[in-house]
Amino acid sequence: MSELQILVNGLVLGSLYACMAVGFSLVWGVLNVINMLHGSFIVLGAYISFFLYRHAGVHPFISVPIAAAALFALGYALQRGAINRVVARPVLTTLTLTFGLDMLAYNLMILAFSATPVRIILDLGRVEAAGVVVPVDRLAAMLLALLLTAVLYAVMRGSKIGRAIVAVRMDRDAATLMGIRVERIYATTFALGALMAGAAGAMLALIFPISPTMSGQYLGKVFIVCVLGGLGNVPGALAGGFVLGLVEAFAGVYLGPQNAMTMGYLLMLLLLLVRPTGLMGRKGYE
Amino acid sequence: MRTRYVLLAVGVAVLVLLPAYGGNYLVRFGTFLCMYAALALGWNVIGGVTGYPSFATAAFFGAGAYAGALLQVAHTPMPLAWAGAVVFVAAASAVVGIMILRLRGHYFAVGSIALVEVARLVASSWSDLTGGGMGLNVPILPGGPEYAGMVFLYSMFAVAAAAFAAGLWIEHGKLGFALRCIQQNEDAADMVGVNTTACKIAAFVLSAVFAGATGAVYASWTAYLDPSDAFSILLTLKVPVMAMLGGAGTVLGPIVGVVVFQAMEELLWSNFLEMHHAILGLMIVGLIFFLPGGLLSLGAHRRRAPARATSREVPAE
Repeated sequence: MSELQILVNGLVLGSLYACMAVGFSLVWGVLNVINMLHGSFIVLGAYISFFLYRHAGVHPFISVPIAAAALFALGYALQRGAINRVVARPVLTTLTLTFGLDMLAYNLMILAFSATPVRIILDLGRVEAAGVVVPVDRLAAMLLALLLTAVLYAVMRGSKIGRAIVAVRMDRDAATLMGIRVERIYATTFALGALMAGAAGAMLALIFPISPTMSGQYLGKVFIVCVLGGLGNVPGALAGGFVLGLVEAFAGVYLGPQNAMTMGYLLMLLLLLVRPTGLMGRKGYE
Repeated sequence: MRTRYVLLAVGVAVLVLLPAYGGNYLVRFGTFLCMYAALALGWNVIGGVTGYPSFATAAFFGAGAYAGALLQVAHTPMPLAWAGAVVFVAAASAVVGIMILRLRGHYFAVGSIALVEVARLVASSWSDLTGGGMGLNVPILPGGPEYAGMVFLYSMFAVAAAAFAAGLWIEHGKLGFALRCIQQNEDAADMVGVNTTACKIAAFVLSAVFAGATGAVYASWTAYLDPSDAFSILLTLKVPVMAMLGGAGTVLGPIVGVVVFQAMEELLWSNFLEMHHAILGLMIVGLIFFLPGGLLSLGAHRRRAPARATSREVPAE
């Protein structure tokens, strides 16, 4: 495999990872909650897309917004009903709660979907240029992932709700004094995080086999991306996603696929030691 | 307070006499009780007393299990293999501790979860040494199931008793005082002359050593190891939950939590095998919402209600 091909593979993976992680990063940055449910949100999004395709023949690209909307509603309800009750408590409490909810979600998904991996197969052909081959479905998923991430960035920068989220993130008390309803912003942020996970999952179903047992694996990747890129900002997640995608692609070829994920984790632990704020993070901005 | 220790003594007596009158099932249950008690008491040193949200229990449990198993496969006598595993885990946790204890709060939590994942991935991919996903067979203790059951019950009990002694020593000693200072305000503790780095590493190593010892005994007990069993994500979550169920930061809390949790698991979950994770999840939600201070805080509530109410108002961070 040529180096250029590995590079392209890494970029395709990386853009998907960025899309997966950006919501998690947002929730961590704004609510200060490590959402262990994020992996399950991704898998749930993937299953929504899979079932829509199998039972209703809906094209996977059309089910992306459907999965996103469903996860938005679920995220909003979960935050209002459960997470909001502990949002100001120490990390041990919030993390244990989301961990517990994830166990529940995992179990329900295993019962509902079974652990057998499924996948959507659409043969859309492939694109070839300069000796590099990319299947069209992967290319489309990559572009869609980048587009969604860009939309989120635009929303955060330009819209009223986005500015309110950033304000709450910077200073919760000051935001309250400015008339922002912090509770509502928390719920919206959490829902947006779930939305991005659902959308990323819907695209993932097109590229990889999916199974409820994979939620932990995706959660791990999301951790790595967020620590690599720094928290709470979109460019950081993008940078982290590309770094992880490239590391996995190159490590998979040169060190063997079983070591690709280990390299990602080692890189994350190394970066945690050297620069806990991440590549693009700012100090004193938690 | 005294009645609690009397109850504990009665419980210990029942456990120690189990092989004499209980069947294999009860001995096995007692061994699990001791195993989780040792793990929860160990976790409590770093997670409860020091207040560092560690989810690394399974990493050291698995490291101890593999170290002990590999030593036994290399024909080391069982007790020596266990000792070797403890030394290995102590050294490994000191090195890891120096690195990740520089992190705080959320980053520490994520780093500790990553340790479990890295350890499992290494154990699965280094198949020349560990057998990878095929697993690793450990020599079976000769002498028949009843004799083996007794040996492992008493071994696990010894680890749990050591963990309990360490817990008492920490609660009343200088180290515990320093750790509680760190839990309340690490910067202030540092300012008044507590060697925070050394204390945190001591707490981390202590907590890892008990996980490692438990893992080594567990490996000999089950006589078979595979990466997802040794470095189980379920274990890494269950242990803090047990400690919190009883009351994190106290010496008796983790024991109460383990007994209640295990009793519920045997009575309830064994009837709903397919819902194992879901019931654990629901229990966690209930614990966090309705019992944030753990079971022991229910008794303390009557006597110390005013004092607790004021201390709650101080922000946790």
